[in-house]
Amino acid sequence: MRECDILIIGGGVVGCAIARELSKYELKTILLEKECDVCMGTSGRNSGVAHAGFYVQSGTLKAELNVKGHRMLPSLCSELGVPYEEVGKLVVAKKAEEIPYLRKLKETGDRNGTHGLEIIDGEEVKGLEPNIRAFAALYSPSSAILDPFDLTIALAENALSNGVRIILSTKVEDIKKKKDNFTVKTNKVSYRSKIVVNSAGLYSDKIAAMVGIDKYRIYPCRGEYHILDKNRRNLIKHLVYPVPPKDVGGLGVHITPTIHGNIMLGPSAEYICEPEVSTTCEVMDQLYNEARELLPEISRMDFIRSFSGVRPKLTPAGSTKAADFVIEEDPQTPGFINLIGIESPGLTAAPAIAEKVAAMVGDSTELRSKEEFNPRRKPKIGFNQLPDEEKARLIKEDPAYGRIVCRCESVTEREVLDALDNPFKVRNIDAIKRRCRAGMGRCQSGFCLPKIVEIMEEHHSMTEKDLRLNCEGSELFIGRAKDLRRK
Amino acid sequence: MNERSVDVAVIGGGPAGLSAALSAKKNGVDVLLIERNESLGGILNQCIHEGFGIELFKEALTGPEYMQRFIDEVENLKIPYMLNSMVLSVNDKRLIVCSPQGFLRVKAKSVVLAMGCRERTRGNICVPGDRPAGIYTAGCAQNLINLRNYMVGRKVVILGSGDIGLIMARRLTLEGASVLAVIEILPYSSGLSRNIVQCLEDYNIPLYLSHTVVDIKGERRVESITIAQVDEQWNPIPGTEKRMECDTLLLSVGLIPENELSRQAGIELHPVTAGAVVDEYLQTSVPGIFASGNVLHVHDVVDWVTLESELAGKSAAEYAKGVSFPESKISVIPGDGVRYVLPQRISGEKDVTLSLRVFCPGRDKKIIVKDGGKVVKKILKTRAVPSEMIRLSLKSKDLGGIKELRVEVE
Repeated sequence: MRECDILIIGGGVVGCAIARELSKYELKTILLEKECDVCMGTSGRNSGVAHAGFYVQSGTLKAELNVKGHRMLPSLCSELGVPYEEVGKLVVAKKAEEIPYLRKLKETGDRNGTHGLEIIDGEEVKGLEPNIRAFAALYSPSSAILDPFDLTIALAENALSNGVRIILSTKVEDIKKKKDNFTVKTNKVSYRSKIVVNSAGLYSDKIAAMVGIDKYRIYPCRGEYHILDKNRRNLIKHLVYPVPPKDVGGLGVHITPTIHGNIMLGPSAEYICEPEVSTTCEVMDQLYNEARELLPEISRMDFIRSFSGVRPKLTPAGSTKAADFVIEEDPQTPGFINLIGIESPGLTAAPAIAEKVAAMVGDSTELRSKEEFNPRRKPKIGFNQLPDEEKARLIKEDPAYGRIVCRCESVTEREVLDALDNPFKVRNIDAIKRRCRAGMGRCQSGFCLPKIVEIMEEHHSMTEKDLRLNCEGSELFIGRAKDLRRK
Repeated sequence: MNERSVDVAVIGGGPAGLSAALSAKKNGVDVLLIERNESLGGILNQCIHEGFGIELFKEALTGPEYMQRFIDEVENLKIPYMLNSMVLSVNDKRLIVCSPQGFLRVKAKSVVLAMGCRERTRGNICVPGDRPAGIYTAGCAQNLINLRNYMVGRKVVILGSGDIGLIMARRLTLEGASVLAVIEILPYSSGLSRNIVQCLEDYNIPLYLSHTVVDIKGERRVESITIAQVDEQWNPIPGTEKRMECDTLLLSVGLIPENELSRQAGIELHPVTAGAVVDEYLQTSVPGIFASGNVLHVHDVVDWVTLESELAGKSAAEYAKGVSFPESKISVIPGDGVRYVLPQRISGEKDVTLSLRVFCPGRDKKIIVKDGGKVVKKILKTRAVPSEMIRLSLKSKDLGGIKELRVEVE
């Protein structure tokens, strides 16, 4: 049995933001994640957008935390060395009849405290985005983009370096409420904690049910995306969204530039029975067709990858009113803090959610600031972003910077080695990809996979038994060549 | 930052680059060969099967044997080459090269682009389903097995009947895996006929034509795939689905010339070949930059890469020596039944070999080169298939006064 003050369940962006926030205080905090890395669920499967706050109904917790989180993100990202770019957003009306929707969005945004919203005409849209055909648009200059993997991993690493224990591959199986604490049984050891924070995303209803709170139900709603080749990045500069569809599944298929210079199309919105992240023929076609209505230049030849994410919704299919975020300590179960239905704009709101949870913790526990808290994380070196002189200097210092492993993204051997040396010791192909982008490019690791395997072999003595795409069960190989012949 | 000047810089040390470098050197100029991998030879390193050199040497060599002939010659002629060195940018004839030895600026009088091609991926062709481990492009699997000694799977399905897929069907079978099927969306194979016979038929591996993969299942590792028959528009036909339990899916669904540097250098690319638009010297739209091999257009056999690259190397050497080329005023255009034809423009003042591919397979076809209504050349092909490149030579004496050449299949 391990003891702690706070036990956080779930290593998504919300759980990691809470861990990092609580690491500012003299508390023994542990975060449990069932997968072999952080950011394996919904947090890493979205548009990577910092929303400015005009989509959410005024007066809700969602609106408050959205706007607050959006204001916190620039400085948080700067502390953590996470690139954040205010590219701005255009919500595009294709015909005059859609203008009232733009006005409604603007009013909502103005009420919520979103800065700088204005409605612009088709000519002005053309000036900002020559490839987009529009009648008018709502322009939001402060909408921004970031890499959700980068942010979540940075939060987790910073929490770790400030004393939080992050325990991966550990799945909560049962929780018992004791007099003034909880016993949390996992597939490994058990934990005893005064406070439990349920930030289990898609599984938060099941975690809550373990302590008898069965009033929540998560309705998984899948969104599929296509990622476009970087050579199409010049097609747009801003986030380009349609007027949102009437049902509340999502914000409509939009065109999102990513912080790394790709474009993403998506997401769809489809309620599914189980939270699975496969993609389907129908939706892949639908996304393509809808995106082409905004941007006719797009071609299927530009797609380099498709993926999907699942929204943990509190409302079932057909709902016309979006549910608010649930962030509450259950009155019957004091010490158990539930975060339920944290879907979009959860990524944006995460830092504000974390502050709110810390305040809730403070209601029952003394929060003493940790003197040695260091808010900064050493920024990663992105070799391909550096000027030539700087590249030359780095290679002189360390020849591993001169060996390009991933040709599509120009990722060097040093960056791959650094990714492998991550503080969580997560060593698999996806973990490397999310940390240094090797394999994220147009060849989708066809060229660099063998090289990365060789590096894992050479530097970490890994073999066919532990060389994996991601978690256990995803072994890349079934053995060595000739093994099947020998049998 | 170090700088280096050279007459001809060749980007890529595979079969195209080796041949271009040798040819340039033999034409009396200084050459620098730049290779991003740890050894010369390019993709031939992993092609341990035989069948290379039949056209050129009248021998069936393995990939490594074939490339070694050229590497030996590069060594004998003391052509300098850089390994582990990647060209990050091409700006006119100035290159920036990144290597563990340092960052290098290369100033060349002419450049040969010989970067080869890459494999089309799952994302390019939108294969739906889960994304577990066990999905590889065929060339990547070939590298892992042949060069790194890793076995990728036990029960394998291969999507696409491109040559690498066919070769891998045999390779995996010889390694003891069971290859359940090769799935091809077209009504005919996209590989060489000899590979269909030697890699599938000889091992009783079924080839499903007009089929595609419509689903992949597997949480961590591939557990099954579902295939379905497709109609003429490549749409899956409901009711024809067939599930196959397997742990591996290989993709052999086409190759794409690696023209990122060319694009960045502002070279005009052709929408069909995805390679540069070139004249009969294999010069691109940027004067002094030449292209050959799979970066120019994807070839069927390496022998043609070698021959084409000899021309590119020679042209680059001449350009570096200040030889001026005649203007290429004649457009060469693909007509009925022809997917593409190279070069896209010629001068008409020298003999030239055209390379072309047809759209559909057929027997007893005439390939006709026309100037308006006038037939300039006609050849008969008892078998014309999209997977095989057709080469056709034209004599300068037949090209006088011509404005535009159209190549058709009849």
